[in-house]
Amino acid sequence: MHLKYESQLREPLVYGDKNYHQVTEDIVRPIEAKPTKLWYIGFYISVALLLFGVYSVYREVTYGIGQWNLNKTIGWGWDITNFVWWVGIGHAGTLISAILLLFRQGWRTGVNRAAEAMTIFAVMCAGQFPIFHMGRVWMAFFVLPYPNTRGPLWVNFNSPLLWDVFAISTYFTVSLLFWYSGLIPDFATVRDRAFTKLRKRLYGIASFGWTGSTKHWQRHESLSLVLAGLSTPLVLSVHTIVSFDFATSVIPGWHTTIFPPYFVAGAIFSGFAMVQTLMVIVRKVFQMEDYVTIGHIEAMNKVIVLTGSIVGVAYLTELFMGWYSQNKYEGYTFWYSRAYLFSPYGWSYWGMMACNVLSPQIFWFRKMRRNLFVTFFMSIIVNIGMWFERFVIIVTSLYRDYLPSSWSVYYSPTIWEVGFYAGTFGLFFTCFFLFAKYFPVIAIAEIKYVLKTTGEGYKNKMGNIEEQKLEDFVHEQAHH
Amino acid sequence: MAKKKFVVGCFDDEAVLFPAVKKVRTSGYKIHDVYTPFAVHGLDHALGLRETSLHTAGFIYGITGTTTALSCISWIFTLDWPLNIGGKPHFALPAWVPIIFELTVLFAAVGMVLTFCYLCQLAPFVKKHHFHPRATDDLFVMVIECTDKTNVEDLKAFLSSNGAVETDVQVAEEGWWLGRYDKDEMMFENKEIVAA
Repeated sequence: MHLKYESQLREPLVYGDKNYHQVTEDIVRPIEAKPTKLWYIGFYISVALLLFGVYSVYREVTYGIGQWNLNKTIGWGWDITNFVWWVGIGHAGTLISAILLLFRQGWRTGVNRAAEAMTIFAVMCAGQFPIFHMGRVWMAFFVLPYPNTRGPLWVNFNSPLLWDVFAISTYFTVSLLFWYSGLIPDFATVRDRAFTKLRKRLYGIASFGWTGSTKHWQRHESLSLVLAGLSTPLVLSVHTIVSFDFATSVIPGWHTTIFPPYFVAGAIFSGFAMVQTLMVIVRKVFQMEDYVTIGHIEAMNKVIVLTGSIVGVAYLTELFMGWYSQNKYEGYTFWYSRAYLFSPYGWSYWGMMACNVLSPQIFWFRKMRRNLFVTFFMSIIVNIGMWFERFVIIVTSLYRDYLPSSWSVYYSPTIWEVGFYAGTFGLFFTCFFLFAKYFPVIAIAEIKYVLKTTGEGYKNKMGNIEEQKLEDFVHEQAHH
Repeated sequence: MAKKKFVVGCFDDEAVLFPAVKKVRTSGYKIHDVYTPFAVHGLDHALGLRETSLHTAGFIYGITGTTTALSCISWIFTLDWPLNIGGKPHFALPAWVPIIFELTVLFAAVGMVLTFCYLCQLAPFVKKHHFHPRATDDLFVMVIECTDKTNVEDLKAFLSSNGAVETDVQVAEEGWWLGRYDKDEMMFENKEIVAA
């Protein structure tokens, strides 16, 4: 039997004196209410961005990669920067739902659903970039190993780019399954309260006929736990493999063994920042301050300052190794192309340093961690910084290679490159707005599960338990 | 499937539910199922359900993925089309670790979710009988199967005395069928049995 006791010193995770029904009411309310004007405005802006992105991609597909400003020297630019950026953002969801589940972090319940949704949408956005970067996108299926009439000519299983294909598609599939299996019971909750026929029908389909049977719950628990156990190494492997795209090459600035842990820390860092950006808005708009509390925000800010500092240590280690290795190419890349402020791309390196390493240090202060405005502002700053990081890694390593005659300083994106990036924002937010309107943004069943341990109303009564004699306490708990 | 008669008792607190489950079982009634809005830990043990073997299935799916990846890649790269990549060995195991790992996870996850859906008979367009609409909201619904000898009124009174806030009798189909939740196909009747 689960012990329904938690120290009063711990902050409640659910504010207000709520019962199970109140939890359902609060979380399902936005689904049952008409969307607000603000929702429509946000949704239409997202769709407009998405359409602009579709047009940009149309130009790229029709006229070729020449629509972008990539050249022979800088062969990876905004596209791969954006790819790594989006994949990084797509790491927080699974981290929150899987790793924090294994670590028994109660606060994950308030934010895991939205964070997982964010993960799935971010990975969808990320996938677009390598696919369209192929140029002849209609042959994208060539990356899959299938018996074909060309030999069969197989893909290169020793190539990190192929590892990426497997890693990203597996990550997307597993995240989607994890997310949806958690959604089934909550869809059933929405279905059983539905007041129109259409609603009842659609949520009936989505809930797969869930009844809430004890045996089903037992299996559901087992499924979540094993999926969490599988997702934990998976989430670490995905960004590790993305970092292999760089680390297994022989380009100075990429060819470093520190990349896997450094990329994973960076991914968690940017992912949590994006969760903050979204949750600060969602909790306000849907009046979910009782469920996504300031304590949740603070916990995530702690993760941000930790991972931001890990990333900072990685930057400094790279600089140190650039000098200590006495490799002149490494030294040139790190100390001139990057760290020298007045080199052509020095501004991007220092932008990255300021956004990722210096500014998150503000979260050492409790007051700042619990300040919504600071949190929101910092979450944007961190994501700008993390975009710069990928830009720095890719472009500053490429623009001056081993052969000075092929050096290129000139790289600025065309409107269609920017449009493609803007389009993925459109895709991301279109999906997120639809999710926020039609899906329970907080895991209803999981909140109910922790309610009696961490709900404010129940917590206040725990003082009585603390004054109880040990024998009485044991007797009461062993009653079942 | 045949329809059966059930006595339904609804509880509004899991702390009341647990002793009630114990009492109902020791009194010799057969609990068909308890429907809860969230996973109530320990309820499966209280009901005497055995542990699920789903995780074992997951392990088997996982090693299937491992062997699939390893055997496919090694066959392709050593027998079917050995590629000379910088003179390196054809059997390049370390370079295959990422894909082998990913396929292990993929097979385990997909296999487990499909098995879960199969075991629980969950799928889109599947409809089941719901004993109480609030079972997914805030009620813990205990459903007891009636036999010829069951005295319905006694059982209802027994449930009420053990803390049930609502009791009723339903004749229901216990399986699933294809259906829509907006259309009442009435494969069950929901009416009080009047004692003659």
